[in-house]
Amino acid sequence: MSRIILPEPELLAIAVSGQDRLALANALNLLDDRRPDVRKCAATFLDALLVHQPESIGHLIGITGPPGVGKSSLTSALIKVWRKRGFRVAVLAVDPSSQISSGALLGDRLRMHDSGTDTDVFIRSLACRGESGGLSAEVWPMSMVMLAAFDIVLVETVGIGQKEIDVSKMTDTTCFVVQPASGDSIQFLKAGIMEVPHVIVVNKEDIGVSALKTLSELQNSLRRQTDKEGWQVQALSVSAVLCNGIESLADLLDSHRLWLLENGKFAAHRQRCQSEWLVKHLREEFGNYGIGLLGGEDAISQCLAASAPRRSPISEYESIRDLTIHAMKIKN
Amino acid sequence: MSTPERDKPWLMRTYSGHSSAKVSNELYRTNLSKGQTGLSVAFDLPTQTGYDADHPLARGEVGKVGVPICNISDMEMLFDQIPLSKMNTSMTINATAAWLLALYVATAERQGVAPVQLQGTTQNDILKEYLSRGTYIFPPVPSVRLTTDIIAYTVKNIPRWNPTNICSYHLQEAGATPMQELAYAISTAIAILDAVRESGQTSVEGLEQVVGRISFFVNSGIRFIEEACKMRAFSELWDRLTHERYSVQSEEMRRFRYGVQVNSLGLTEAQPENNVQRIVLEMLGVSLSKKARARAIQLPAWNEALGLPRPWDQQWALRMQQVLVFETDLLEYSDIFDGSPVISDKVKLLVDGATQEIARVQEHGGMIQAIESGYVKRQLVNSHTERMRSIESGSLKIVGLNCYQETEESPLTCGKDSGIMRVDPHAEHEQIERLNAFRAKRNINDVNIALASLSETARNGSNIMLPSILCAHAGVTTGEWAQALRDIFGEYRAHTGIDIPLNDDTRSARVAEIRMQVSKTGEELGRPLRLLIGKPGLDGHSNGAEQIAVKGRDVGFEIVYEGIRLTPEQIAKAALEEGVHLIGLSVLSGSHIEMIEDVFSQLNKIGLKGLPIVIGGIIPESDARLLRENGVAAVYTPKDIDMNRIMVDILNLIRRTNNLEPVLI
Ligand code: B12
Ligand SMILES: Nc1nc2c(ncn2[C@@H]2O[C@H](COP(=O)(O)OP(=O)(O)OP(=O)(O)O)[C@@H](O)[C@H]2O)c(=O)[nH]1
Ligand SMILES: [Mg+2]
Repeated sequence: MSRIILPEPELLAIAVSGQDRLALANALNLLDDRRPDVRKCAATFLDALLVHQPESIGHLIGITGPPGVGKSSLTSALIKVWRKRGFRVAVLAVDPSSQISSGALLGDRLRMHDSGTDTDVFIRSLACRGESGGLSAEVWPMSMVMLAAFDIVLVETVGIGQKEIDVSKMTDTTCFVVQPASGDSIQFLKAGIMEVPHVIVVNKEDIGVSALKTLSELQNSLRRQTDKEGWQVQALSVSAVLCNGIESLADLLDSHRLWLLENGKFAAHRQRCQSEWLVKHLREEFGNYGIGLLGGEDAISQCLAASAPRRSPISEYESIRDLTIHAMKIKN
Repeated sequence: MSTPERDKPWLMRTYSGHSSAKVSNELYRTNLSKGQTGLSVAFDLPTQTGYDADHPLARGEVGKVGVPICNISDMEMLFDQIPLSKMNTSMTINATAAWLLALYVATAERQGVAPVQLQGTTQNDILKEYLSRGTYIFPPVPSVRLTTDIIAYTVKNIPRWNPTNICSYHLQEAGATPMQELAYAISTAIAILDAVRESGQTSVEGLEQVVGRISFFVNSGIRFIEEACKMRAFSELWDRLTHERYSVQSEEMRRFRYGVQVNSLGLTEAQPENNVQRIVLEMLGVSLSKKARARAIQLPAWNEALGLPRPWDQQWALRMQQVLVFETDLLEYSDIFDGSPVISDKVKLLVDGATQEIARVQEHGGMIQAIESGYVKRQLVNSHTERMRSIESGSLKIVGLNCYQETEESPLTCGKDSGIMRVDPHAEHEQIERLNAFRAKRNINDVNIALASLSETARNGSNIMLPSILCAHAGVTTGEWAQALRDIFGEYRAHTGIDIPLNDDTRSARVAEIRMQVSKTGEELGRPLRLLIGKPGLDGHSNGAEQIAVKGRDVGFEIVYEGIRLTPEQIAKAALEEGVHLIGLSVLSGSHIEMIEDVFSQLNKIGLKGLPIVIGGIIPESDARLLRENGVAAVYTPKDIDMNRIMVDILNLIRRTNNLEPVLI
């Protein structure tokens, strides 16, 4: 039997906050680990990290859209711009895994190759391992860890259609990428079935006039659309391969972050992300029944929002999980 | 009926070049004196990918698989005492084709030979580089523009030059079926001819000239009857296409002209002497049918899968052609297949299949888009995967490899050179010294002016050839020429094509068993097992890495594969960021010793000492021993065809590294 060699959570947290790349890699491996002992260690580590980085104001950005629209290319182009501006960038690239086997091909790095030797860029791929919503359970805690060491953290996920943009519920700013003349995504947006992203990007504007047409269609239909918090949705067109419009995109993404900060919504937004994540996984583990036992989704969120100081995701999850199990025992 | 005149023999070439321009020049002159009738220049990988010999990415590759050409003085040396007015020179050069042609023209001018007198070929087919050969630099669109510039320039100035050789050869080497070879070569031709037409550099009559100058470079595999039919199918498809799409009236201009290198993918490391029969049979496919006979043939050597051929090995290959041409009665007859219903049915089948696939490519928006979207590459990887599975299962028989394996010891490989050529290890250092001496002597002002005009032309869209010739005379280097264009066009990374659907084989009991063990080990170690498949250096041989990646996915590993041409530093960085359990490297270019050294030192530097590494590729046994002594956990070569076995090895290696007992599968 292999001996589990656990890292010292305190030291690991200090090293990660000190931007040690190897420590960050080890921390991500730790969060990926499903063994019960290791999960406890991970929880302690995350708690320790919170002590060192009580309020991270780094920017957590989600980038999503249908397969092949150019999310990875766009990420790569954004990295170049951000690096020029002096920001350190981490990426979590979530790839769909194959169906029958649990194996996966993690291909997003290929398009982010330009940053191949830049140690201020860190890219981790993640197979989505069969979960719906295009997001792995590990995404939220991993993003938190990356934020402790990097200025900007970008999460790439595949997402089409209505409920598949879970990433918007787990990031500060969501960017939805569409292709010129891609009817479906735009219909979803127009019909209001889809969760509204903060920024919509029409990519591949280099391949013809249809990009402009798509953009103006979008702008027309989005004219007065705001998200729950009152942010006015923005759209623009770019070319990831020619690096056209990427500076403006970077500005736009940042303006949403500033808007959250200026309106005092930033921390609350983060807290809401965490409870979304938590409820999602609670539901995966216990179903609606479990959520019901705790008084429903809203009750959980409220209870979480009230609990100060903020706790790290895994500890929080574990304590709610204990509550649920306890409630189930009483019921039975 | 009168007996037709004996057909003229085709051009016989040997693809060669190594170490330095001087050494290669001597080699060429010897080959010519042995009766070889044309030259076929192999360039080293730095020259093909636009780096000077002293660039970090060139380390270990200078002069290895071809001749290094850094500037005009190298080119002059390469053709020293070879009169370019009389020579027919074929250059296997693509991304940097415009540059090497410019150097050739400038060299000729210095020999007092005008461009109109030159004869030869630049391979100049960039699209198959993204699909198979791997020596691309820029994105497809600007690359195709360089291709069309060469075509427009040569049609006007070097009328006897073949400006581009549309290649299906490399597609078969990457797994393509005959139907796919036909379809993708013709689709490539469409993309190029459309681009020439749209570039506005030629008139309508000019386009007819262009069509007349386009030749093909085709493969010929062991199924030689089918291959003979494929050549006839090519002729038909080309005739139809050029007539219908490009309105070429002259039949002469519509003739399908092609050169051949016969299949090498099927040549084995096991019992390598059998490759001689294979090569001879493959040559029949492209010579039997007079109507569709090759214009030029080059053959690989018996030791293809062992390493680079020595002069004697190449001589043997040349003699195979000479025996066929001069001793047999092959050239005395008119077409021996005409009128055979069996042949015409088979040809029809191929033509129909290819026509459908060509239409599919057009639906994707044409060959360039179908490459950019990954469609074509996935088709190739899929075909190659099927081929590998049938070799593994034994349904495709390869003598000496998966049947009749018992053998006497071969006298061919027991010499002290193990039967291959080793390039002088000092070649790289000497080339760098020559390059530095050249740089010191040239007038830097001229260089800067020439480079500025090159950049300006690249930006404004005029023909790239003239400023390139100017650069050649001014003493610009290969790396400088390419860098100027990189700055403007950007660099590209091609699709890996490995995201293919699961193969039937993944439902086999053995694969299921391995998958279960992989998943169990993942649970024991807390998270799914991850492998990084890396291709360090300039090596473009991706087949092996792709097959290992696909197989790894099929048995349940999470695979990180970023494609070809990574530096050891990039590989180490990716291993850290991705938290992989093992690194698998694939190196076929011969620079495995240097690459492994560098990867280990990079890993140590970032704190990943002890991460297990395996390597596969063309690795002579003596080197394999050395690698193992230096800490490589396992070495694989082409004879290791049992991919499931390789996967079990990898699994157990990960288990051992993590103090788990190996599993028996
Ligand atoms: C196919 C081929 C090509 C194709 C490549 C297509 C592609 N996309 O891969 C094409 C036609 C493009 C090509 C081009 C060239 N080639 Co080539 N090519 C071959 C050939 C015939 C077969 C290689 C192959 O794909 N085999 C099939 C795969 C599946 O086998 P494999 O890679 O060996 O992998 C197996 C094992 O080795 C192992 N393995 C391999 N990698 C890994 C990795 C891991 C992690 C593991 C576990 C196992 C493993 O597992 C596999 C399963 O059995 C070999 C000769 C031969 N018969 O081996 C020459 C050969 C490799 N080529 C050679 C040369 C010189 C070239 C060129 C450089 C020539 C030139 N000067 O331009 C060019 C340029 C290519 C470039 N950019 O680098 C030389 C290399 C010489 C040397 N090492 O000393 C060889 C040996 C031929 C020769 N004798 O001259 N080539
Ligand atoms: N012409 C053009 N092509 C682009 C652009 N951006 C991306 N592409 C191409 O689109 C293809 C897909 O790009 P990716 O960046 O891998 O797209 P993705 O959305 O990350 O894809 P998945 O992760 O597989 O869903 C590649 O061939 C890119 O070269 C663009 O701005 N213009
Ligand atoms: Mg992607």
